[in-house]
Amino acid sequence: MTSGRMQLMPEPKLIFDKSRPGRIGCNVPRCDTPEVDMSAVVGETRDDLHLPEIAELDLLRHFTNLSQINFGIETGFYPLGSCTMKYNPKINEQTARLAGFANLHPMQPVETIPGALEILNGVQEMLCEITGFSTITLQPLAGAHGEMTCLMLVKAYHESIGQANRTIVLVPDSAHGTNPASAARCGYSVKSIPTDAAGNTDLAYLEQTLAEIGSDVAALMLTNPSTLGLFEPNIEKICKMVHEAGGQVFCDGANMNAMVGTTRPGDHGFDCMHLNLHKTFSTPHGGGGPGCGAIGLQSHLEPFLPAPVIRSTGDKVVADYDRPKTIGRVSGFYGQFLMEVRAYTYLRAFGKEHIADISRYSVLNANYVRERLKDVLPPAHDRPCMHECILTAEKYKKEHGVRALDISKRLMDYGFHPPTNYFPLIVPECFMIEPTETESKETLDEFCDALITICQEAIDTPDVLHDAPSTRVVGRLDETLAVKNLDVRWWPKS
Amino acid sequence: MPYVPHTELDTQEMLAVIGAKSIDELFREIPANLRVAPGALNLPPALDEQRLMAHLTEIASKNIDCTKMTCFLGAGIYDRYVPATVGAVISRGEFLTAYTPYQPEASQGYLQTIYEFQTMISELYGMDLANASMYDGATSMAEAAIMATGIKNVDRVVVSDAVHPHYREVLATYCWSIGVEVVTTPSIDGVTKDWNADGSACIIVQYPNFFGCIEDLAAARKAADEAGALLVVVADPVACALLRSPGSLGADVVVGEGQPMGIAMGLGGPVVGLFATKKEFVRHIPGRIVGKTKEAHGDRPGYVMTLRTREQDIRREKATSNICTNEALMALAATVYMIALGKNGMTQVATSSVRNTQYAISALTSVGAKVKFGGKVFGEFVLSLPKNATVVRDAMIAKGFLAGLPLGGYYEGMENDLLVAVTEIRTKAQIDAFAAAMKEVLA
Repeated sequence: MTSGRMQLMPEPKLIFDKSRPGRIGCNVPRCDTPEVDMSAVVGETRDDLHLPEIAELDLLRHFTNLSQINFGIETGFYPLGSCTMKYNPKINEQTARLAGFANLHPMQPVETIPGALEILNGVQEMLCEITGFSTITLQPLAGAHGEMTCLMLVKAYHESIGQANRTIVLVPDSAHGTNPASAARCGYSVKSIPTDAAGNTDLAYLEQTLAEIGSDVAALMLTNPSTLGLFEPNIEKICKMVHEAGGQVFCDGANMNAMVGTTRPGDHGFDCMHLNLHKTFSTPHGGGGPGCGAIGLQSHLEPFLPAPVIRSTGDKVVADYDRPKTIGRVSGFYGQFLMEVRAYTYLRAFGKEHIADISRYSVLNANYVRERLKDVLPPAHDRPCMHECILTAEKYKKEHGVRALDISKRLMDYGFHPPTNYFPLIVPECFMIEPTETESKETLDEFCDALITICQEAIDTPDVLHDAPSTRVVGRLDETLAVKNLDVRWWPKS
Repeated sequence: MPYVPHTELDTQEMLAVIGAKSIDELFREIPANLRVAPGALNLPPALDEQRLMAHLTEIASKNIDCTKMTCFLGAGIYDRYVPATVGAVISRGEFLTAYTPYQPEASQGYLQTIYEFQTMISELYGMDLANASMYDGATSMAEAAIMATGIKNVDRVVVSDAVHPHYREVLATYCWSIGVEVVTTPSIDGVTKDWNADGSACIIVQYPNFFGCIEDLAAARKAADEAGALLVVVADPVACALLRSPGSLGADVVVGEGQPMGIAMGLGGPVVGLFATKKEFVRHIPGRIVGKTKEAHGDRPGYVMTLRTREQDIRREKATSNICTNEALMALAATVYMIALGKNGMTQVATSSVRNTQYAISALTSVGAKVKFGGKVFGEFVLSLPKNATVVRDAMIAKGFLAGLPLGGYYEGMENDLLVAVTEIRTKAQIDAFAAAMKEVLA
């Protein structure tokens, strides 16, 4: 296999192997209160703490070097489908670091945080307008946490009207894994609903299911646009069918980027939805979190909201703890507050005038990529896509023994982060490409050109793809070995 | 258009390739009655960057933050020293704007930092292993309880009332939802003694507990053993740099809030949940975990997310939890913190907290307040006041001090009690001024 530039670099060492007793990487505050007899005050103390001892400059070099073998949006194009890897504006980082936000204690009295409540209420009001729901809460800490919170609200609602017997949640076979997992977390059993040939929810199957078990159905969890990147044209009808059976309809809002300013899920018939502010509203993903999971709901679910409820009373914003029907807290404090500051900043930068640009240009970009690649990687469905396109590499697997994963790994050698692979599960050898609105035509062209070249390589020199990537700090890693010889920490040598 | 690079010419060229006349045409599958026209939403007008910063600065200035008053409030979130290197590292775009390391060859930097994080959390807690992080301390505790019910196949958990009240509220919400009974056992004189653990999957205790008292974990271990239950400990990682580790005292699962390690208080979010356990439970844990491996066709070591078949994107409704994102960026902040301070720095921070706390106790008890509980404390204690604690707290804000948490809203009969935290960044002069102000308020 070819040896690229990065592989000439020395293997990165663990910080523990750089440690030398007696060094320290910061200037610790000096204590000026009297010494105490520690064992008398706190009891037995430990003498077995192994933490690294590193000088400050060496600490910075360690992390700078590690950052340089890590791919972020600011490194290059990152079309990870379903993850909405858009530009995270720098102004958001500045506002979130203002002392008046960053140095607030969550248990200081609410009378001392009117500005924080103004931010929370501001985000809620803007998201209500964008989603069409009457209420938003920001307490969930991530998308899956928001899904779970929505289902808890549904559960509390059903209990309140004497329908606690509803124990089944319907989930399409194209759904994110968090949907069935969140349903299970709320004590529901899960029934899968198939997708029809056109990529829509199989209406006949849904109708029959509701006829058979409708009185046991608590909710349908529907992603719209679906994970196939398609808008569900029958959405109003689907919501009506489930409502007639007494169920609730939850919208997985992972794909809200396709709808911002163009259409509102609250108008579609949904009862509740979750949003990923770290996707749609540009808060940074940070390597897999913090997520930030607002939820929106219709008024009948509102009494069950987690307390405190932040709301405007007209002249001021209050934190309302008097919620007799609340499901209780779902997280420690007010949610991801500093992420809400970023989301607020982002929303105010777009404003009324520009907010629809988010959906319009993300959909334009996805359709452009779809069109440019259709000859080498056919779309799973012959319809205009929304903010992401789903393509299949099935023919390369059948004819040349090259899998979607191989193509993805090769993209790294061309300087791009791969798209999502093998999801949704129902499309064979799947690519899920989500360009987002913040990518230029030139970037999309470079990416498409690279993929077209790679597809030709798959035919001419398939082993180059099997061995890819060859230009990163490591070659393809053995994930099976990681499970077999489980090694999840360094151990002190003694 | 903010952040959108398209020129009118770009748009026209792209539409021509697609074969559409307009962007509107791309939305034709959305029923017309469900569409809104661009600009039709009732939102505030757009602000340019200069006005945006001015607007947010003005809103921020309405808060009385902890640079405007001296903070003696803790209760799970602490005003501690944050080394300058933390902000420098977590602001790097390669870390800040990455996503979950699904493609390990392009994410070795982050994966290695998570492996280092897992190692150091395991060390602080004295456990075999830790995961890549959870949302926050409260949800981490709830996940630990639910994990215990799965391991023991028993739908009942016991929690001490000296565990943070918000954590217990989250536990109650999670357990209600999945059909698990929560039994709360009362503490006596600030510590937990009676466990009522029979027939329970786990007992949950905090170390130091919500009142700042250092619980007897060895006794809790014994109670758990007698009942055949797991011992779940909610532990402050900074205290664990000084006190005997929960693992060495027999904990099965240790969870906690990582905020005190290099993370802004930020009104409580984003913070980071910690989750550590014994090797025998590794296949039951929620969340991501990073493992070391090597190249498939070479010898270079590398890091990947592992034991993935526990997780929701593969296992769906049979996953160990529904958690997907962790708090990687905050875990990175904690990683930088633990390395910057290292063994000696973290011990020094913990030791200074104890000294400052003891000094504050002597200063405050000399101005008319009493310490409520007699046991050993680490960096926080309950102060009994001769008058209502909320009234005192509010009067102290006017004097420039965030004096602590009034406990009357959380515990019956504790209306005159104030929970006071004293971290390593409080100075002797600040503590003296705090006591002097308290003397005036109590007079």
